[in-house]
Amino acid sequence: MNRRPFALYTAMAFGYAFLYLPIVLVVAYSFNASRLVTVWGGFSTRWYGELLGNQQLLDAAWRSLLIAVVSASLAVVIGTASGLALSRFGRFRGRGLLSLMNSAPLVMPEVMLGFSALLLFVTLQQLTGWPERGMTTVTLAHVTFTACYVTVVVRSRLLQMDMSLEEAAMDLGARPWKVFFLITLPLIAPALVAGWLLAFTLSLDDLVIANFTSGPGASTLPMVVYSKMKFGVTPEINALATIVIVTVTAAISLAGWLMFRRGARVG
Amino acid sequence: MAHRDPSRPDPAESAWWMLWFQVVTDLFRGIGALGRELRQSRGRWLVLSLPMGWLLVFFLVPFLILLRISLAEPVPDGIPPYAPLAAFNDGVLHLSLSFKHYLQLLGDPLYKDAYANSLGFATVSTLACLLIGYPMAYGIARATPATRMVLLVLVILPFWTSSLLRTYALIGIMKTNGLASQLLMWLGVVDQPVGILHSDIAVVIGIAYNYLPFMVLPLTATLMRLDFTLLEAAADLGAKPLRAFWRITLPLSLPGIVAGSLLVFIPAIGEFVIPDLLGGPGDQTIGHALWTEFFQVRDWPLTAALAISMLLLIVVPMLVFESINAREAKPAADAPGPRGGTP
Repeated sequence: MNRRPFALYTAMAFGYAFLYLPIVLVVAYSFNASRLVTVWGGFSTRWYGELLGNQQLLDAAWRSLLIAVVSASLAVVIGTASGLALSRFGRFRGRGLLSLMNSAPLVMPEVMLGFSALLLFVTLQQLTGWPERGMTTVTLAHVTFTACYVTVVVRSRLLQMDMSLEEAAMDLGARPWKVFFLITLPLIAPALVAGWLLAFTLSLDDLVIANFTSGPGASTLPMVVYSKMKFGVTPEINALATIVIVTVTAAISLAGWLMFRRGARVG
Repeated sequence: MAHRDPSRPDPAESAWWMLWFQVVTDLFRGIGALGRELRQSRGRWLVLSLPMGWLLVFFLVPFLILLRISLAEPVPDGIPPYAPLAAFNDGVLHLSLSFKHYLQLLGDPLYKDAYANSLGFATVSTLACLLIGYPMAYGIARATPATRMVLLVLVILPFWTSSLLRTYALIGIMKTNGLASQLLMWLGVVDQPVGILHSDIAVVIGIAYNYLPFMVLPLTATLMRLDFTLLEAAADLGAKPLRAFWRITLPLSLPGIVAGSLLVFIPAIGEFVIPDLLGGPGDQTIGHALWTEFFQVRDWPLTAALAISMLLLIVVPMLVFESINAREAKPAADAPGPRGGTP
C-alpha cells in the first residue's frame, strides 16, 4: 500500500512539471542578459526595456486589450441571454437551433470560424460598404465565439441554482425583470465574472480568427508575436510572456480570494 | 310559453344571439389573454432574440456563405476571388455549381497526408494527455478539499495564459542546442547538441502541453464522484491494487475519459498554430493546409471546400459529445446536485 502513493505522487509531479517547467524557464530567461535565448549571460532587465520601447508591440497590445474588453462585455450580455433562454424558458420554438449554434463554435476549428467570419464581412462590405476590415470585424468575430463559452458557464450555474428563490419572488408578485435583476443576477454574478474573464482571455489569446478577420494596420498582439516568432527568436517575447503570466496569476488569485471571501461570508 | 309573443324574440333566435354573444366575449377575452401573454412574453422574446439574432447573423449565415463559396468557381484576380453561383445572362438564369474542389481534395495526396497527419497528431496527443492527466486527476480527486482546490487552480492557471506564448516556451526547450539538449549534455546522456523541434514528436508534445487541462478537469470531476469505499471493499476481498484499479476505478471513470478525450481530440484536429510552429515541413495538418490555401494561394473556393471537409472529421466526435452532454445535463436539470443551491 505504500508503493502506490509514491508512484502516484511521482506521476503527479511529472504532470505538474510538464505544465510548469516551460513557464518557469520563460520567466527565468526573461531576465537573461544574453541575446541567445539558451545561453545564460547574467541577470538583466534589458528585454523589459526593449519591450517597452517597441512601439509596434505596444500598439498591438493596446489594440488587443481594447478588442478583448469590448468583445468580452458584449459576449457576457449575449451569453447570459442564451444561458437564460436555454435553462429557464422550458421548451420553445428554436431551442434546438439556439443550442446548436451555441455548441458548434466550441468544437469547430478556429481556422474555419475565422474564414467563415471573413466571408461574411466581405459579403456584407460588398452589399452595404460596411464593415471595413480591422478592429471592428475582429471584435464582432470574437464576440461570436466567446459568447458561446459564456453561455456554457452561465447555463451550468443556472442549472445548479435553486429555482425556488425566483419562484418565491414571482409568487409574491415581482415582475420577471425585477426577479431577474434582484434575484437571478446577483446569484449568477460569479458566473458572469468568470465568463467575462474567460471571454477576455480567449479574445486576448486568439491568433487564428484575428488573422483572418483583421485588416491592414490592425494587427493584434498575438499576430505581431506570431510574426516575430516566425521570423526568429526574440527575447522580448520572454519578457512579454512573463508580464502576461504575472498579470494572469495576480488576477486569478484576486478573483479566487474575493469569491472565497464572499462564499465564506454568505454560506 | 303558451303561445308566441311576436314582440319577444324567438327562443331559437335568442339562443343564436346568446351563442353570438358568447363567441364575441370569448374572442375579446382571448385577445385580452393573448395581449397579456404577449406583454409577459415580450421580455422573454427580447432575451431570446438577442443571442438568436446575433448567432444567426454571425455564425449561421457565414457558415452558409462558406458552403456556397465551396461550390463556386475561383476567379484568380477577382475581388473577391470567386465567381457568383447564379447569374442572369440574356434573361436566362445560369446556375453553376462546381464540385471540383471536393474532387481535388480527394485526388491530391497532399490533402490526404494532411488529413492523416491531423488524425494522427490528435490521436497520439489525446493518448499522451490521458497518460499524463489520469494520475493527476486521480491525485486531485483523492486529495483533501483544500489541497484539491490548490491543485485544480494549478491545472487551470496555464490555460489562462496565452497558448502562443507557452508554445514559444517549448521552442526554447526543444530546439537544437536548446535547454533540453543542454541538460542532456550536462548529464552526459548525449555528447552532441540534439533537438526535436520541427518533428512529429514536438507537435505531439506541444498539443498535449496545451490541452492537458481539458483532460484533467472532466477526469477529476468523474473521479471525485467515485465511491472509494468500493476500492476498500475490493482490497478487503483480496484484490491487488492494480486489479482493483483495472476492474473498478477505470470502468467507473470511463465517462470522464471519454469527455476528456473528446475535449482534447476535437480541437487538436483543427489545430494550426502548434503544428505550424513546432512541426517540420512534412507535418502539414488540415488546418495548416487551409491556412496556406487562403493566405498564400488565395484560392477561396478551395479553402471553403477544405473547411467543409474538415467539419466532417469533427462531426462524429461532436455528435458523441452532444449525446453525452444531453445525458449529463438531464439529471442536472431535474434535480440540482449536491453542489447546487445558493452560494
